[in-house]
Amino acid sequence: MITLEANSPYNYTVVRQFAIATVLWGIVGMAVGVLIAAQLIFPALNFDTPWLTYSHLRPLHTNAVIFAFGGCALMGTSLFVVQRTCQARLISDGLAQFVFWGWQLVIVLAAVTLPMGLTTAHEYAELEWPIDLLIAVVWVTYAYVFFGTITKRKSPHIYVANWFYGAFIITTAVLHIVVSLEVPLSAWKSYSVFPGAIGAMVQWWYGHNAVGFFLTAGFLGMMYYFVPKQSERPIYSYRLSVVHFWALIGIYMWAGSHHLHYSALPDWAQSVGMIFSLMLLAPSWAGMMNGILTLSGAWDKLRTDPILRFLIVALSFYGMSTFEGPMMSIKTVNALSHDTDWTVGHVHSGALGWVAMLTIGAMYALIPPLFGKIKMYSTKMIYWHFWLSTIGVVFYIVSMWIAGVTQGLMWRAVNPDGTLTYSFVESLKATYPYYGGRLIGGAMFLTGMLLMAWNVYKTVSSDNDKVVAPVPQAA
Amino acid sequence: MDMNVLRGLMTVLAVILFIGIYWWAFSKHRKQAFDEAAQLPFVEDMNASAAKTYKDQQL
Repeated sequence: MITLEANSPYNYTVVRQFAIATVLWGIVGMAVGVLIAAQLIFPALNFDTPWLTYSHLRPLHTNAVIFAFGGCALMGTSLFVVQRTCQARLISDGLAQFVFWGWQLVIVLAAVTLPMGLTTAHEYAELEWPIDLLIAVVWVTYAYVFFGTITKRKSPHIYVANWFYGAFIITTAVLHIVVSLEVPLSAWKSYSVFPGAIGAMVQWWYGHNAVGFFLTAGFLGMMYYFVPKQSERPIYSYRLSVVHFWALIGIYMWAGSHHLHYSALPDWAQSVGMIFSLMLLAPSWAGMMNGILTLSGAWDKLRTDPILRFLIVALSFYGMSTFEGPMMSIKTVNALSHDTDWTVGHVHSGALGWVAMLTIGAMYALIPPLFGKIKMYSTKMIYWHFWLSTIGVVFYIVSMWIAGVTQGLMWRAVNPDGTLTYSFVESLKATYPYYGGRLIGGAMFLTGMLLMAWNVYKTVSSDNDKVVAPVPQAA
Repeated sequence: MDMNVLRGLMTVLAVILFIGIYWWAFSKHRKQAFDEAAQLPFVEDMNASAAKTYKDQQL
């Protein structure tokens, strides 16, 4: 449990802002996801409006859930964790406010330009060059606030969570700046400086490290603080966390080319990507076990604490998807899975199962003390949220596994005379029921988020004695 | 020198570096420092509950 001091010396204002923004953007991003999932079954749901077509909304969904929901969660928790574990107030309150509002401006600009069709067509880096410049400025400021606070720390040690957050911040800056090297043609149109296969490699060096450092290292930072905190026990092995850190960041950087198997990329570069992806299993599972084993001797806490359940189930999904990922990077497996919905299922087992459930757990732990309350307004609602999310993710990924393998098998089937057995439309028809399963799973996950929003609203606005902390917390 | 020898050496160096980090992390003289670092998430809460106890005494 997190307890905040009365008259706390730290800046919690920016953490509060990011925490509320996390919940709001989570709902927006996931709602768009549910809409486009429904469009794949009922195409009429684009209402014949260009702004609402799948092609325009899909990047809006990915940007909203990764950079708005995930980004706000990472920025908010990192600025909380760095102050608490360094015992130092943020180096600058003004710049922290600039980071918060600058990031919100980026999100709003994305929400306007992407539906308009203004895009660089770089997956996960779709935003056009003026917004790229704004992101770079906000991100460097964020780095200054984070690392500046570390320089003020009281303890000689830098807690491992800060190492992971730090790697996430530095690498995201490098990735963003390199992938955004583009020649502007007009205010809202630019071309990348990287040609052909080099461009593809740069794209997936960026894309996979966005997964590795934004969605993994950053959230591992969150895990290394909130799992010990919520279970009230230090991390299982601090030494393992050090090895975990260096192995993970050393290996992730080279895995991106597994997105380009059987492409124009040189064969050796494809093999490098596959080998490094396979090696990634070791540090990934080291981190997962380190988190889960923190509970050894206190497993009973899982029975009574739904927040801890979120965190531990998130780690389990992390283990699952980091096992699945290396398998899918094997060239022969990739020959089946590439371009199918299996990939979509894999991404969501990581994004919903790991990233979102960890964030949700961290927010339930963080929001009550931030707003001067002992606990969330309704613990029962957290249980409901937990089961809706868990069953929703399982529905989603199982549907996509079946859909993906079906597609892969149908696409590769050939007749004795060498012609294709199935047309593309036949595989699409076979996929239909599983798109329904995915829609149900996604809608369940979204419903859980709506419960969370209601619970957060009641917690923040409540003056109930059972919820309000006895020591009032200074604003 | 052949470029491929250089590449091979780089790989060997990376492996040695990793083993070095492993050895360093698991060496005995780091134990105390790591144990201290592992407690850092709890330091602020100890301060907070100390402050609360103090306040309770005042009342």
